[in-house]
This record gives sequence, structure tokens and C-alpha cells, in this order.
Amino acid sequence: MSTVRVLAGTRKGAFILTSDGKRKDWQVSGPHFAGWEIYHLKGSPVDKNRLYASQSSGWFGQVVQRSDDGGQTWSTAGNTFAYDGVPGTHQWYDGTAHPWEFKRVWHLEPSLTDPDTVYAGIEDAALFRSTDGAATWQELSGLRKHGTGPHWQPGAGGMCLHTILLDPANPLRIYIAISAAGAFRSDDGGQSWKPINKGLVSSFMPNPTAEVGHCVHHVAMHPSRPDVLFMQKHWDVMRSDDAGESWQEVSGNLPTDFGFVIDVHAHEPETLYVVPIKSDSEHFPPEGKLRVYRSRTGGHEWEALTRGLPQSDCYVNVLRDAMAVDTLDECGVYFGTTGGQVYASADAGDNWTPIVRDLPAVLSVEVQTLP
Amino acid sequence: MIRVILPQHLRTLAQVGGEVALEVPGPVTAQAVLNALESRYPMLRGTIRDHETRQRRPFLRYFACAEDLSHESPDAALPDAVVRGEEPFLILGAIAGG
Repeated sequence: MSTVRVLAGTRKGAFILTSDGKRKDWQVSGPHFAGWEIYHLKGSPVDKNRLYASQSSGWFGQVVQRSDDGGQTWSTAGNTFAYDGVPGTHQWYDGTAHPWEFKRVWHLEPSLTDPDTVYAGIEDAALFRSTDGAATWQELSGLRKHGTGPHWQPGAGGMCLHTILLDPANPLRIYIAISAAGAFRSDDGGQSWKPINKGLVSSFMPNPTAEVGHCVHHVAMHPSRPDVLFMQKHWDVMRSDDAGESWQEVSGNLPTDFGFVIDVHAHEPETLYVVPIKSDSEHFPPEGKLRVYRSRTGGHEWEALTRGLPQSDCYVNVLRDAMAVDTLDECGVYFGTTGGQVYASADAGDNWTPIVRDLPAVLSVEVQTLP
Repeated sequence: MIRVILPQHLRTLAQVGGEVALEVPGPVTAQAVLNALESRYPMLRGTIRDHETRQRRPFLRYFACAEDLSHESPDAALPDAVVRGEEPFLILGAIAGG
């Protein structure tokens, strides 16, 4: 029977939650790297025991960890993220020019074909790649230098590159997203980049439809249709059917179109999941009810999924990298909250159960489906 | 031998127990001690001082012989008691939380 491994990054360490294909009984391993912020950890799709983890601390900075045995043991990897050339400036919160400074790794995206190749999305926003199992890192500086960089600015959480999507059908195509700059695409393996934000409207910007400056929270893609993208923006849930060339709003009947996570069902490319959050000044669910919303129509029409989720007095948040799906026949959906719960649904969202209730605030959730 | 005491998180990262004892070629300065420390424990590179500028990370301090040496030049000689191994060179994380 298959095994499911949930990788949870939290404010105070990493946790690895394991179950069989029934996804009823869970073993909890952790905290790994106790006391450190684990923004993200993720496994290689071609070597499922190869895991990469971003470990950071306000005191001690950035560490990268690597495991070759599914998270049982770890070894430190390279943590030098040197911008290519003179980094230049981006916009600060007050609109003044501010120098690019490395702060932390937000997201690690292992290659679809090579376990030793992994991409890192960092704050201040840039994309790095390692081809030696995270020992050394090189910036793909065409992103930061393509021209709009001086107009990027930090969101409330910092100017982070948080989303990296690798196109399974085209090894030269990469999508990334930055808060607050927008989404970008490379068609040459990361050497050159273009903004792909046409159709996004952000009222907090002087020009709401500008080419860059949008606070994109997360972007998701189904591997069978890599030209179709789904985006949870600061406000608005968006969809693109042309590899990001244009976007249309699909928020439909959501109770609020603010939120952070968005993901796609493993076997139904038109089935989406979001967790609506009341507003950007109240980072909790509307009415104190934690509800996942599912669309089976690629957006526009959404249904609330509530069974097993708290429907009163719930004021947690669900952060941008804290939702994932497994690939079992009946797709499992998982998300973590800032209240320390990791919820799992073994039936595509119809019913939910907390795997754990009292972890530190959950920053990221990834899932591995093991044979 | 120069004795170095690390904060708990860095002891865990470097997989060391209590104090670290280091051979440091003279003159014994904070810079020389940190160079020797990072050479023996490469996983500590970047966690105490910046990779490139070698500046101390803002929330860390260097103490020795009941003195705060954090703002001394990294090339200043450390106290004789540290050089003789009678007193440790302490690297401390700022106290914070809530």
C-alpha cells in the first residue's frame, strides 16, 4: 500500500507526518531543527528520499539542509546566496530606492528530472539554482535584471520570491511569482524573463494595471496542463489559459477573494481549492469559520467545504505555501494553519480531520506520495 | 587552545556538546578565532557573521573576561586570559522573545 508523507515547515521546526494510503492514522516525527523557522521543505519527484529544507533564524541567518533518507537524517548544505554583480535597488515601502539584501529562502523547488538540481526563491526577490545537491548556488539573474526590478517592492511579509513552477512538458519553461512584483515566465531555462501580469488589477497601486507591482500570493498549475495557471492574488482569484499571457478573474461567489493558498486536484485539472481570508487587515477566516472552497469548474462557482473544520471562533490564517495535494486515486488535500493544525482530507475535500492540532504556526505544507 | 562557547542552536548545528577548543595561530583576534571555528565547522559559515562582509550578525554578541567585545575591531587582540585558554570566548544570541 502507498505511503503518504506530509512535510510541514513551522515557525519552530520541521515535522514529518506519515500515514498509509488510508490516511487515518499518522505518525509524527519532529521537531527537526527545533527552534528554527522552517519556511519550506520539499522532496525531489525523482528521488523521494531526497529532501531539501530552508532553515532560518533572525539570530543566525540562513541554513539549507538536505536529507537522503526521507528526513531521518540531515546534513547542512550550502548557504551562500550571493547576488550576481551589483544588486542595485528596488522600491522600499515608502517608495524610495532600497538596496537588494539577502534575507532568507522562502521556497525550494527540486527539479522534475534531476535530484541534484534544485531552485531557491529568496527574499529580497531572486531565483537561485543549484546543480550539485544544494552545495553551491548560482543566481539566475536575468530575472532581477530584466528591467522592472527597480519598481518591485516588498509586501508586508517582505519582498519574497515564493512560487516556482516547473513546466513538466517544456523543460525550458519556468514560472515564478514575487510579492509584490507579480508573476514572471522564462522560456529559456531561466536565462531571460518577462512579466506576465496582463489582466491583474491591484487598487493599491497608482496604476492598478501596471506591468509589475502586483501582490501575487500564490500560483498553482496542474501538471497535465502547464499552460493553465491559477492565482490567488492579494485580492482576487485569477486564471490564465495562455501560460500567463492574460488573466481573468474567477473569484465568482467566494465570500471574500482575499487569501493566500491555491491548489489544484491531482486528477481533475478544473478542480481548485482556496481558503478565503476576510481581508488584508484581518488575516483570519470570515465569521470565524474555517472553510476550504472548492471549484469543480475551474473557478467562478465555488462550494464551501466545512465538514470537520471549525465553524465557530476560528481565527487562524493559512499561509501561501501551506496547502498541497497527494496523488492517490482519491486525491488527498492538506493544509496547515498559523494555529498549528494540519488538516487532511482523504476524499478531495469533502471531509477533514486534523492530523496534528498543536504545532507551532505552520508556514508550509508539502506532500509526497510514496509507492 | 582557545576555548569558544557557542549559543545552543549553533552547538546543535555544529553537533558539538559544550565548549569548542581551537588551535588559533597568532595573533589571536576575534577574526582569527572565527576563521578557525568556521574552518573546523563549515556549517557555521554565515550563521555568526556575514559570508561576504564578515560583519557580526546583528543579534549576536562577543563576550570575554566579563567584557563585551562586540564593538571592538575584529582584528584587535583578545584578552590574554582567552589567549592562554583560562577564559572562554563567548558568542551569545540576544535575549528576545515573549
